[in-house]
Amino acid sequence: MDYLNNLLFGIYPYVALAIFFLGSLIRFDREQYTWKSDSSQLLKRSQLRWGSNLFHIGILFLFFGHAVGLLTPHWLYESMGLTTEAKQLLAMISGGAAGLACLAGISLLLHRRLTEPRIRATSKPMDIIILLWVFVTLLLGLTTILFSAQHLDGADMLLLANWAQHIVTFRSGAAQFLLAVPLIFKIHLFFGMTLFLLFPFSRLVHVWSGFAAVAYLTRSYQVVRQRG
Amino acid sequence: MKIRAQVAMVLNLDKCIGCHTCSVTCKNVWTSRDGMEYVWFNNVETKPGIGYPKQWENQDIWNGGWKRNGNGKIEPRQGAKWRILANIFGNPNLPEIDDYYEPFTYDYEHLQNAKLSETPPTARPVSVITGKKMDKIEWGPNWEDDLGGEFSSRSRDKCFDDVQKEMYSTFENTFMMYLPRLCEHCLNPTCVASCPSGSIYKREEDGIVLVDQDKCRGWRMCISGCPYKKIYYNWKSGKAEKCIFCYPRIEAGQPTVCSETCVGRIRYLGVLLYDADQIEQAASVADEQDLYEAQLKLFLDPNDPKVIEQARADGVPEAWLDAARKSPVYKMAIDWKIAFPLHPEYRTLPMVWYVPPLSPIQSAAESGAMGMNGIIPDTKSLRIPVKYLANLLTAGKEAPIVTALDRMLAMRAYMRGKSVEGVANTAVLKQVGLTESQVEEMYRYMAIANYEDRFVIPSGHREEVVDTFDEKGSCGFSFGNACSDGVSETSLFGTKKKGSMIFVDMPKSRKKIVEGV
Repeated sequence: MDYLNNLLFGIYPYVALAIFFLGSLIRFDREQYTWKSDSSQLLKRSQLRWGSNLFHIGILFLFFGHAVGLLTPHWLYESMGLTTEAKQLLAMISGGAAGLACLAGISLLLHRRLTEPRIRATSKPMDIIILLWVFVTLLLGLTTILFSAQHLDGADMLLLANWAQHIVTFRSGAAQFLLAVPLIFKIHLFFGMTLFLLFPFSRLVHVWSGFAAVAYLTRSYQVVRQRG
Repeated sequence: MKIRAQVAMVLNLDKCIGCHTCSVTCKNVWTSRDGMEYVWFNNVETKPGIGYPKQWENQDIWNGGWKRNGNGKIEPRQGAKWRILANIFGNPNLPEIDDYYEPFTYDYEHLQNAKLSETPPTARPVSVITGKKMDKIEWGPNWEDDLGGEFSSRSRDKCFDDVQKEMYSTFENTFMMYLPRLCEHCLNPTCVASCPSGSIYKREEDGIVLVDQDKCRGWRMCISGCPYKKIYYNWKSGKAEKCIFCYPRIEAGQPTVCSETCVGRIRYLGVLLYDADQIEQAASVADEQDLYEAQLKLFLDPNDPKVIEQARADGVPEAWLDAARKSPVYKMAIDWKIAFPLHPEYRTLPMVWYVPPLSPIQSAAESGAMGMNGIIPDTKSLRIPVKYLANLLTAGKEAPIVTALDRMLAMRAYMRGKSVEGVANTAVLKQVGLTESQVEEMYRYMAIANYEDRFVIPSGHREEVVDTFDEKGSCGFSFGNACSDGVSETSLFGTKKKGSMIFVDMPKSRKKIVEGV
């Protein structure tokens, strides 16, 4: 058990992150023509506006929520007057709300992708796999809220944060923190980490470009390229 | 002043016969690929009609082009930059493929494989997207061909605004014309302005607007930004594609495929010099009806020594200045003022211009009530309402259209007098403000339309900026990633990444040119 725990939560995170960064870099350099959002809006408008907006806004909130929630050091938010209990409650409520919005969105998108003949016919296998994977990860994440609700002391949250902070700061023994947390968290973590692993091989690479597109705000409207 | 040159186009609608040769040759060369079946970089519409995609001219629906704000600044009608970014997850202004048409083929195989039956087998339409049989084809790229469909449908045409259109519903009074459409390669393109990833650009040397296929991320804001709906989403590759003005041909000094193959010889290609510093100001004038004049002012006289000097300083090659002086586009648009931009009210400053068509005299006028303007017929008795043409070409301003039509009528009257009656009627020329030599030249360009007069295209001299030596033995041209070695200068693994092995160093003379640039 300890061996598996170390493999999945001590070593696997680095494997996933390495593939995430290196895969993205290689694909960006060698295969830029494949780097795109792969929108299917042209083929069918129905369900997309609600589905896509809810999904994207929800998942962006979740992404940044996880990043801030897990990686902010304990002493920092405590010194700002936020107790562990209050922080857990905040995470549960805001994350729960964003998660439900995201769930509504992804359900619409999944329904559209699987039942709309034009979308189904033009979907690549990875489009469906990645959507299902996000869907399952999200469901698992929402389920953890029910478990958290039984332990409002924030102890599990601290363990998870410690694990994440140890991983990103390359400290040993990260996996030890997870021995005591409920299984549901671990499954959610595994699915979440695997999402990073699948990232460079799927349409998810457009996330990088989505963040880069913010630079548009500072650009002049017209673009003229010189010869050569 | 910053002078740039552009290869612009004029289409003489007076001679378009609606044969679609331009569309078909273009399609065969550029868009006969997966994901592009529904795409026509060039299409010919019968007007009046709602066109392809449906209602493309109605910006109340599609929000393409620019709008002028209270403070005198212009911004894309679909929204300022933050608004465009906010719509990135779902673009509310994007047409659906049914607004173009669902691409189809026919089940021809069934005609040969069908079992013996009482009735002959039919080849049912098959959707190219789903591969499934379609019950019925409901729309196509040229559904309204030659007034196809009912009047109530085609009269939704936006150019009917302010026209009493009911009278044109009767057979006796109806009218039609052809409108070949392609990308306008605008001076102030909204597609470029709308692209969040900056992948669309205008080429400095010849003004051609292109989508960098590697940098396009499929955010699809250009498609809704373009008021002419001439950027298309390739649903297979997930990238935006558009008319490339056949740039490989233009670079070599050849006309575009649509122009080369036009059997009516209605297309003209020539260089225009323009002042790039004034673009924003010209696109921002308060009154829509002044946009045509404002754009005219951007174009510079290629015979003016000051312009020539400045153009040289700004790096316009000598061959281009030469071509600008012989440009048929300059003659038609600026000298004779018989060509006009398509829908200048979109504030994009389009660079594909149109000569409005003459039309037969209305039958009502013919039976005695024909209005005459001197010895040429009054343009009001022409079948196509001037207001309709004005809505198409000058944001509704009728005077410039009337002048152009009068000049074309005068040219006919003059040449008819000269060759049929043997009398050169100069009075008619005075009436429309043309000289004899001008009208003779107009006749040569518009009626004879010699190849050398229609196409004056200086070559692009790519060899000055591309090391052609490196291109030797390389992959060439392909769609997708097939010929790409990636975007960074060296590969990720450090080796030099060029197509061919060079065993002999480049001659010193060539090296200098390449390094000098």
